[in-house]
Parts: sequence; C-alpha cells; structure tokens
Amino acid sequence: METNRLSLLLGRLRAGAAYTARAPKLLLGLVLLGSLLALAVLGPSFVDVNDAKSISVGTNKPPSAEHPLGTTSGGRDVLAVIVVGTPQTLKMGVLAGFIGVTLGTSLGLIAGYYGGRIDMIISAATDTVLTIPPLAILLVVAASVRSMSVENMALIIALLSWMFPARTIRAQVLSLREQPYVHMARLAGLSDLKIIFEEIMPNILPLAAASFVGATSGAVLAGIGLEVLGMGPQRTPTLGMTIYWAQLYSALIRGLWWWWLPPIIVLIVLFVGLFLVSAAMDEFVNPRLRRTG
Amino acid sequence: MKQAYFVRRLVMFVVVVILAATLNFIIPRLAPGDPIGAVLEELRARGASTGGDAEDEIVAAYRARFGLDQPIHIQYFRFLFNTLRFDLGYSISYYPQKVERALLRALPWTVGLLALSTLISFAAGSFFGAMMAWPRAPGFLRRFVPMFMVLSAVPYYLLGLILIYVFAFVLRLLPLGGAYSSGTVPRLDLDFLLDVARHGILPALSIVLTSVGFWALGMRGVMVTVLGEDYLTLAEAKGLSERRIFFGYAMRNALLPQVTALAIALGTVASGAVLVEVVFNYPGIGWLLYNALRSSDYYMVQGVTFCLILTVAVSVLVVDMIYPLLDPRIER
Repeated sequence: METNRLSLLLGRLRAGAAYTARAPKLLLGLVLLGSLLALAVLGPSFVDVNDAKSISVGTNKPPSAEHPLGTTSGGRDVLAVIVVGTPQTLKMGVLAGFIGVTLGTSLGLIAGYYGGRIDMIISAATDTVLTIPPLAILLVVAASVRSMSVENMALIIALLSWMFPARTIRAQVLSLREQPYVHMARLAGLSDLKIIFEEIMPNILPLAAASFVGATSGAVLAGIGLEVLGMGPQRTPTLGMTIYWAQLYSALIRGLWWWWLPPIIVLIVLFVGLFLVSAAMDEFVNPRLRRTG
Repeated sequence: MKQAYFVRRLVMFVVVVILAATLNFIIPRLAPGDPIGAVLEELRARGASTGGDAEDEIVAAYRARFGLDQPIHIQYFRFLFNTLRFDLGYSISYYPQKVERALLRALPWTVGLLALSTLISFAAGSFFGAMMAWPRAPGFLRRFVPMFMVLSAVPYYLLGLILIYVFAFVLRLLPLGGAYSSGTVPRLDLDFLLDVARHGILPALSIVLTSVGFWALGMRGVMVTVLGEDYLTLAEAKGLSERRIFFGYAMRNALLPQVTALAIALGTVASGAVLVEVVFNYPGIGWLLYNALRSSDYYMVQGVTFCLILTVAVSVLVVDMIYPLLDPRIER
C-alpha cells in the first residue's frame, strides 16, 4: 500500500518535471524566483549583514572589491541591504498572498456553493472593494500605525488581496456545483461541508494555487509602493525603503546608480518571475491559452 | 431592466464613496494615541509646551475646535457630511490653506497624465493583443509583443526611474521632472503647452510601456475565443474584407471584456500613477501625498486618499455607464 503511494507520488513528480521542461515560461519563472531565494538563503554566509545598518561603512562609495555594489549616503553596503531586504520582501508577499487567497477561496466557495442572497452580498462586497485602490487604504492605515513591521504590513495587505481569488473561485464553483458528481453526492445525503471540502475543493486547488501567485505579486506591489513612499517597516532595511532613501537624497541626479539600480533589478526579477509562473499556471488551468504565444 | 442596471451601479458608487469616507474616519481612531496627543508631543519636542494647567487648556481648546468633545456618532455624521461636501479640513503644513484647494490644483495634472496614458496603452494594447491572436498577423508582432507582456509585470515607477536616468540624466534629452519648466507661469499658449508635453513624455511613457502588455495579454485571451465563433466563419464566407472582419466582427466583440477589465484595473492604475508622480516630481495628487506623508500632514493624507478613491469610483462609474452602449445585451 505504502509503496503504491510512493510510486504514485514519484510518478506525479516526474510528470510535473516533464511538464515544467516543456513549459519554458514556468521554467524561466522558477529559475528567476529560485535565484532570489538562493540569494536570500546563501547571501548571509558570504556577505556581512551588519553592513546593511546605517553608518556602518563609508558613504557614497562606487562599487569596488570591498563593496561589490557600493555604499549609500547613509553608510550602508548596498549588497548587504539587498541580502537582508530580499527575504523580507519575499516573506511579506508570500504571507499576505497566502492569507488573502485563503480568505478569498473561502468566500468564493461559500458564495458559489450556496448562491442566492449570500452570493449576492459577497459578490457585491467583492465588486465594491475591488474598485478601491489598495494603496489608498494602506496609506491611511500606515499613517496611523506608528511602527510598522513586516508581519503587520503583510496582514494589512492580505485584508485587501482576497477579491480577485474570491471572484475566480466563485465563478468556477458555480459551474462545478452543477456537475453530476456533485448532484450525486447531494442525493447520497452528504452534508454541505463534506461536499464543499471533499467534492469541490480538490477541483479548485489548481485555480487557488494560480490565484496565490497572482495575489503574492499584488501584495509585493502594494508593499513596495508603501515602502517607496517611506511608510514601510522602519526597523529592517527593505528594498522599497532603499529606493525611498535614494529618491530622498537625489541619488539619481548625483549619478549614484549603484544605490538605486540593484534594488530595482531585484524587484524586476521578482515581478517577472512571479508573472511568468502565474502565466504558466493560467495556461495549465486553462489549456485554451496554450495555443498561441 | 436598463434602469435596474444603472440604479445598481449608482448604488455601488455611493457605497464606495461612503465606505471610503468611513474608513478615513475609523482607521485613525483605531490607532493608539490621539491626534491631539501627537500635536502636544510635537509641541513638547519643540520645547513650546510647559505642561500642567496650560496644557490641559490646550487639550480642551483643541477638542472643542475639532469637535472631539461630541459623542462619537455625532462626530461620524459630521465628518461624513463634511467629506461629502468636499470639505476636507485644513492642511497642517500649509495652514490656513484648505485641503480641497490643494487637491483641486493638483487633480488636473493627475487626471490628465493618467487618462491620456491609460487611453493610449488601452488602445494600443488591445490592438496588439488582437493581432497576436489573428492567424494572418505579421510575424514581427509575435516576437515583440510578448516582450511588453513581460514588462507589464514591472511597476510603472521602477521603469520610470530607469527612464529618468537614461533619457534625462545621461542623454539629457528630456527634463528630469516636474510638469513644466520652473520659472514659467502656467497659461494657455503654445509655448507652455509644448513645455508641458515635453515634461509629460517620460512619465506617460513609463505608464504606457508597462501597461500595454497587460491589455495585450487580456485581449489575446478573449480574441482566441472569439475567433472560434460561427459568425466569423459566416463573415468570411460572405466575402467581407479582412480589415472589416478584424475590426468590425472580431475586435469589436473581444473588446467588451476588456472594458470590464478597465473598470477593475483602474484602482491599480491610479495607485501606480501616484508613485510615478513621486518619482517625476509631477505636481499631481501623488506628489501632494508624498509631501503630506513626509511632513505628517494628516488631513492632507486623508484628503488625497479620499480623492484617489473618488477619482477611481467616478471613472469606474463612467466606464459602467458606457458599457451598455457597447454591449446591448447588458440590458437584459
């Protein structure tokens, strides 16, 4: 019995690997995200993370052997800042994305399965909140909360990232609800909860996973926006905060390109990586998209 | 049934506006500490407060001045009433200027930049996306449009920073920032308009380049489905010209979901544009917000965020109102 399961699992993994090899987008996206993860995990063993604190190294130094990415006007080593800041950004995005998708999936399941008045209320709420720019609410919150931590920020952003997952999942559940096997389960006298979790849930997991990548990307976007405006966490140097300081000290027109360019490149790698993985997952969930491009 | 649709959209609009105002009321009150405490702290930090009785008097005077001695529901309704009248209070840094005056001065710049660049990227993106799915499209499109799709993952303002560095700092082709040359007085003549256009190129470009791909991606997805429809086969069998089939039959129908996406995406677009203004020192509401945050001008921050939500809500309402003209089926 156990060996059967194991071989089944191995077979699935092999099939997954084969699919990945055939899907260049997924492969490239995973490589990009993997390299950032490696930077975050392996970085601290090559770079002294204490240099990320202000006035720990000389100011405004261009890249050299000692400081591969130079230093800022605040006396931080840019490479150390990148090594410290990247995992913070990843953590914030994944945390917010996960909470947001869990919330959105639950709401989508409830709205789609029960329909009627419940659906009407949830859908109206989703459509309404969807039109509110997340940054606007985040700013009001950030301006009133004196000290922001990465975890707090993730939590607040999560409260604004459930709408898209809720919409997608609801639409899918609406069609799943009318499938013969769901009707059978209902005739067999299964409880609503059992039907939702055992019959419908497994079928929406790929969709939920795809929404998770999208929600993570959206969360990072909102978080970085907050940081670039100077309203992010203050204790740890983050990528967005580095751009904020660079902007405040006019690094751009002082020619200190090594200050602002590295965080931008890391962020671009992160966003493009998430985008490629999300696009590949959309194609996996919705094969019709595979035909072109 | 047409009325029901309009009524529902209008109700949604009103709900969003009241919700935005309510959040502006609740969130600051949930936070620890109160605004007057913050003011006192600042006074103490500057050594201007002596403490003791004088301080209590200041607190009482401030509480009465801002109506904080009233019961909470009275405060709420007063706040709501004032906000809906667009009375947003006084700016702390530019006292005694009112917040709404600063907003009204900044808003045209934001709306101009945002509307123009969104329209350009929506039109260009939808066209390119439709061409991507079209079987007889020129080959070079297939190679260069996906590049923009990848670029659509990049936030506007990050690309903006790179554009400023390359075109304004290194090549010195375009101004570094601002909406017009410093020293010129805004007036309606050709010189000034050209100056504004020159300053608008880079901010607009950073929005257009990073959002064309988003619209192209959506359009391609819908176009693929539309191309399988029977009415296209019929149009072809009738011997209509390819141009007419492409624009009148395929693109027209594929555009409908795009318009819905436009209404949904406007919130994100607006947030991104706020940051573009910060990067380019563009005197719109994003720049106003940035300065208000830096100087802890609390009422200004609230005013800008409310205005931002209102702008998006109005745009969504307009898009929703136009939608039935594009798709008569909505009247069902």
